[in-house]
Amino acid sequence: MSAASTTPPSTPRSKSWTVKVREKGVEALPPERLLPDGQPTYVASWIYVFGVASIASLIVIIASGTILALKGPAWWHETSVGHFFNSIHMWSVELFFFVMVVHLWGKYWMASWRGGRGRVWVTGAITFLVAVPAALTGYVSQQNFDAQWISTQAKDAMNSVGVGAFFNLTNFGQMYSYHILLLPIAVVALVSVHVLLVRRNGVVPPFELEQRVALTSAGAPPEPNGSPQAPTGGGVPRAATGEQS
Amino acid sequence: MSLVGPKDRTKPWKGPYAPYDLVKELCIAVGVIALLAVLLTVLLSSPDDPPSTIAQWSHELPADFATTAAKELNGTSDTAEYGPPYNHSSGSVQHFIFLHPQRWLGVSHPIDTAEDYVVKPLETVPNDPVLQSALAEYKAAPETQKKEWSEAYAKPLEEYSEAVEEKKAPPATVSVDTTTGAVTVHTSGAGPVPTMMASLQSLAQSGGLEGGLVSSSAFFQTDYTKPLLFMADGGLLAERAEGQHLLGEQWGLMNETGSYPGQPWLWLYALWYQVEPMKESPNADIQVLLIMGLLSVAFISIPFIPVINRIPRWIPIYKLIWREHYREISGA
Repeated sequence: MSAASTTPPSTPRSKSWTVKVREKGVEALPPERLLPDGQPTYVASWIYVFGVASIASLIVIIASGTILALKGPAWWHETSVGHFFNSIHMWSVELFFFVMVVHLWGKYWMASWRGGRGRVWVTGAITFLVAVPAALTGYVSQQNFDAQWISTQAKDAMNSVGVGAFFNLTNFGQMYSYHILLLPIAVVALVSVHVLLVRRNGVVPPFELEQRVALTSAGAPPEPNGSPQAPTGGGVPRAATGEQS
Repeated sequence: MSLVGPKDRTKPWKGPYAPYDLVKELCIAVGVIALLAVLLTVLLSSPDDPPSTIAQWSHELPADFATTAAKELNGTSDTAEYGPPYNHSSGSVQHFIFLHPQRWLGVSHPIDTAEDYVVKPLETVPNDPVLQSALAEYKAAPETQKKEWSEAYAKPLEEYSEAVEEKKAPPATVSVDTTTGAVTVHTSGAGPVPTMMASLQSLAQSGGLEGGLVSSSAFFQTDYTKPLLFMADGGLLAERAEGQHLLGEQWGLMNETGSYPGQPWLWLYALWYQVEPMKESPNADIQVLLIMGLLSVAFISIPFIPVINRIPRWIPIYKLIWREHYREISGA
């Protein structure tokens, strides 16, 4: 009987899917880029707060929604504690949409798709669009008069384009499934991809930065890593060379 | 400056970095948002108007209930004439040019209004030989006879409803006892229908019709399509909705009960219903959804749409956002 090896087996790189995924992941997003401890100095405006506020709102939505889901859909009608958590859920949704809309407008006026960041905008925009039916399914899952009215009125729009065949607003069970499982998974997945793309590409630089930096750095050549004062974690964005019209 | 094909010359940042604690920022943001949500909850709570019931409807608006039920039996209610996904009619089938998606997807939630809303619920009523006899007579009759009976019963009720709506004197063919909620239709040629409808009204007022409409062969049930569509055919939901500014012309699509914000993110969607030709169009829903679909694709594609993707450079709001950065650069 041979002695067991104390080190992990050395799998040939080309054979192991696990190794390939790990190496691709680390290559695309090394830890210091995934969780940077520095940001470019131009990231100094209140508008940047609305991105993280959107994620924070989503976290509060999921947390309050989880509490409501744990107790079941009728709980909030029957107890004041349930109503309290339903109110938190509702207001965090209102806050989520408010900060997300401000975030989107801010990113539009910064043209934040520049420098090969088109996918960042696309995932953010799709997140907003998916969040709309996520909220709608919440409204029709409330089991109150709002749910009755909204479901019976909005069904015509769904039916007119054939969507009503598999997205029946008057079917509480189906809407509840969409609301607490399918659409939240879609929103969280989209937000995750969006955030990873932001981390990978870095925050878009200001307009006409290249000329200004070229002028200001003429007398001081940049460090080898291209980041004269980058903190420990680096936070150096990926070279963004993609072009789009 | 080209309007349609500007080169994106954005280069990676080569300038200085400032310390930044991403995790701390997220934790603080979660705390602030949670605090705001709690504050809004404490100050404003959230709306929870109880749902309407069929029992409530048949008590409060007995004539409206009787008229709606008669139309369900007669096959002239909104649901009976709707079309896919509920039946093969065409009353609410919409299309846009050659696009007929409502028809293409077919009848996925079949509803036979006479059977589902009247006959089947009445079959569940026990120990009522008069009703059972009336039902047996109705079911044994040929379709033309059924139609003749149900029309003879529905017509006076429809005239009564129209008179009430137009605030005219109601016809004497219908009498409503507001105390008991009983509706009597004085008509000949309706066969067993008056007996059936009187029993349906009693069943509804006792609260038994809700269960009859949601129950199926399965014990558990979560699909409220049938009772919701039945109630929507009547006037109670709309009456309540009007009082709560929830009708379409009140931009109700984005509102909810009370003075709560509702779904303001649907403002653009609601807007299209207020303008011609959608405002009066029988195909308004598909028209609005196609517009919103196109706008959604455009919204996603903003980075790639000429002119739209140049506006942020022409209207220099970015100078406000990055004012400190530009100040530092110009100072240097």
